[in-house]
Amino acid sequence: MNYIPLTEKENKEMLKSIGIKDASELFSVIPSSSRIPALKLPKGMSEQRLVSTLEAMAKKNASLKDYACFRGAGIYDHFIPALVEEIVNRSEFSTAYTPYQPEASQGTLQAIFEYQSLICELTGMDVSNASLYDGSSAMAEAALLAVRATSRKKILVSSASHPEYRQVLRTYLQGTDIEVVEISSKNGFTSLDDARHKLGNDTAAVILQSPNFFGTIEELSSFRALSREYGALLALSVNPISLGALKSPGEIGADIAFGEGQPLGNHTGAGGVTFGFLSVKKELSWKIPGRIVGQTVDSNGRRGFVLTLQSREQHIRRERATSNICTNAALNALAGCVYLAGWGKNGIKNLALANFAKSRYAYERIIRIPGFSPAFEGQQFFNEFAVKTTKDISHLNKKLFAEKIIGPLALSGFYPEMADCALFCVTENRTKSEIDKMAEILERA
Amino acid sequence: MEKLLNEISHEGLSGYSVPEIDVPHENIEKYIHKEALRSSEPELPQVSEPELRRHFTRLSHRNYSLTTHFYPLGSCTMKYNPPVNDKLSQLPGFADLHPYQDEESLQGLLELLYGLERSLCEITGMDAFTLQPAAGAHGEFTGLLIIHAYFKAKGEARTKIIVPDSAHGTNPASAALAGFEIIPVKSKADGCLDLELIEKTLNKDIAAIMLTVPNTLGVFEKEILKISEIAHKNGSLLYYDGANLNAILGNARPGDFGFDIMHVNPHKTFSTPHGGGGPGSGPVGVKKHLEEFLPVPKIEKKEFGYKLHYNIPKSIGRVRSFFGNVPVLIKAYAYILALGAEGLRNVSEQAVLNANYLLSILKKELPAPAGDRCMHEFVLSAKPCAEKGVRALDIAKRLLDYGYYAPTIYFPLIVEEAMMVEPTETESKDELDKFASVFAKILKEAADNPATVKNTPTTTPVSRLNEVEAARKPILKWADAPK
Repeated sequence: MNYIPLTEKENKEMLKSIGIKDASELFSVIPSSSRIPALKLPKGMSEQRLVSTLEAMAKKNASLKDYACFRGAGIYDHFIPALVEEIVNRSEFSTAYTPYQPEASQGTLQAIFEYQSLICELTGMDVSNASLYDGSSAMAEAALLAVRATSRKKILVSSASHPEYRQVLRTYLQGTDIEVVEISSKNGFTSLDDARHKLGNDTAAVILQSPNFFGTIEELSSFRALSREYGALLALSVNPISLGALKSPGEIGADIAFGEGQPLGNHTGAGGVTFGFLSVKKELSWKIPGRIVGQTVDSNGRRGFVLTLQSREQHIRRERATSNICTNAALNALAGCVYLAGWGKNGIKNLALANFAKSRYAYERIIRIPGFSPAFEGQQFFNEFAVKTTKDISHLNKKLFAEKIIGPLALSGFYPEMADCALFCVTENRTKSEIDKMAEILERA
Repeated sequence: MEKLLNEISHEGLSGYSVPEIDVPHENIEKYIHKEALRSSEPELPQVSEPELRRHFTRLSHRNYSLTTHFYPLGSCTMKYNPPVNDKLSQLPGFADLHPYQDEESLQGLLELLYGLERSLCEITGMDAFTLQPAAGAHGEFTGLLIIHAYFKAKGEARTKIIVPDSAHGTNPASAALAGFEIIPVKSKADGCLDLELIEKTLNKDIAAIMLTVPNTLGVFEKEILKISEIAHKNGSLLYYDGANLNAILGNARPGDFGFDIMHVNPHKTFSTPHGGGGPGSGPVGVKKHLEEFLPVPKIEKKEFGYKLHYNIPKSIGRVRSFFGNVPVLIKAYAYILALGAEGLRNVSEQAVLNANYLLSILKKELPAPAGDRCMHEFVLSAKPCAEKGVRALDIAKRLLDYGYYAPTIYFPLIVEEAMMVEPTETESKDELDKFASVFAKILKEAADNPATVKNTPTTTPVSRLNEVEAARKPILKWADAPK
């Protein structure tokens, strides 16, 4: 297969128009010493064989369609309403490019404008960009934004925030003179004392996640007060669905809100493609990275939408741009838009409460099993919680897997000192019978 | 005008049904401090599912896309996106995996990703690839961090990157983000490098030269082997921006030209849909001497299957969470498998033939500053029209009226009133002929009656939009709009 809609006859006509005999003449500018006769790759496939080949690979993976998933840690198994998929699969959206010609791209542009509006409502912030790659790059971009805004060079980040996000943050900053300092955590919370100890007038931002990697809802107002004292920005990583019930970053007084958009209508997809969201207070709007859509009028006074504040961007400012972002994750943000729009004001709250109720039930069920206990005293959580156990976690997970369950994440991988702790996630997608079945297996194991 | 979601909202409606709560109802306030709870619901619109479906479907009709329009957007390689690839990426065995599942339960995915890495090595002449970067610019940034790490490990303090003035804006922006200073160099009228100037600019501070080959004027860099030689003699590395890989696919390989490191854009070269601004992907390939700096984890093939390898001491670390943009990678691999060695080679041959054919007609209408021949794309200058008051922007808008997306305009920056046209290999001769005749017609309109071209577009959902006003008084969400 090659998807080329031209015949040999037409190619000959084209060669004639160009004034050459053979298409190979067009490649004569390439040094002959570096031309290759053929790629050492297999022959092409028919569509039929392609489908069977990839289906065979897909079958070697354990799909969450066949396994009940109690694992979260940044990627969450939520139900995706059919409408979300229907819309993002419309080729008018999926096969368009970045909307450089706004008059021919009003569909994409209005949808992004609506996305920005929804993210601002949900996070309680003033300005949202059009999306970033994922939650981890959103953390790095939040840090860079804070450095630009404050002209300070130190970032404080909670050790209870997603470990992979912190890895990405460090990777992003390794060529710069920006210093990253981690705030320790205790009993599942970020340590306020340690933050106080490490904060200074050189700190650009304090970055926290809530609910944090252990599922704990942080006590954010004290961090807000503390960072203000030193003139540092507060950047919060949040689970967007939790904001149906939990206080928004805007209400808390954060300067930057960001996070992983996957829970909003995107497949778990082995962790990607997802999207990152980032919203800020008005004062920071010209410092924000990535695309932004704005409302304007056309020459007849009708409402329309365009990419705006473009003088921040790489195609105008080159090395002085606020970021290097060009292609981001528009289609995934569209999924987020259709998802949030469909839940609406009451729906998102009820969805959040369903997550809370189911995880609470699972928590109560699990900590009553002999050999299991809460990992932290008085942990307040949304849909994820850590549990301590005397049993071998990898053994437990093997047992669960055999019964078509993806069990909790062993925290030892990221936190060696928590070798006896496991992180459970329970979304609205889990049923009581699945939770009971899981608990029974834990009891027996 | 399509109303905004908040304008079709009605108190009490919702689009989706809340799942049954089959566990005891719990009062959240009993378990979570009141201080941590929202005092009121977020003001999300309240719209029924039928209304929502109509709203978003209507919005989709307000887009030009590849499946509805010819999209000759230069530098973006808007080629046909086979639907089978979308379908395959959405198989439950790919789309519904958790990234922290055990490796044993992800063997099919790892097999696919490993296969893609190996194929990309063969296609580009590189020795190893990472699939983690999430977009082209993200790949550039990853590549530059690798360059940074390489010199750090060698104990050399090289702080500067040479970027030609014909390069994409992402090149200098990515280099700056990685902590480098940018040394812009003037290119010649055809976008090619001035060898003497490069020789003069090279010194022990230069870490790398970033090149797009063919360049953004669609011209192959004739001195590439010489440039490679002098760069390497100076101890510098050579970076290949894969934006224009479609021009040489299967015919020549960046690795054979002497490039040390590069990224590819699957959403260009390997036909994955662009999504109206992503998702893309930006796999980075390197030669042997840079392999130890690639991001973690690395996929390894063992006797018993595929493993993720994390312990690579000199690695730059992670550039994205989890594996990268997996569905995009699946689609790219499906495309490579479908085309095979010969099909991939046909791609560049046909893309270059199509571009040259279109150039052979359009050069009669407007000057082509880079000459009579091109690779996969070419740049015209609308300067003669602009002198009479019709700018490249106006021609672009008029094209929309005739049912074409516009070429890339005002880029590359080194051509006045630039119009960059890339037809790709998946357009028919009929389509190219129609486009050429419409283009000629517009230029005639511009000469006869400039107003018909300037007051455009007229057939799109909105007429020309006021971008200046949008930036001067930003309305960035519906709550900002004046009541």
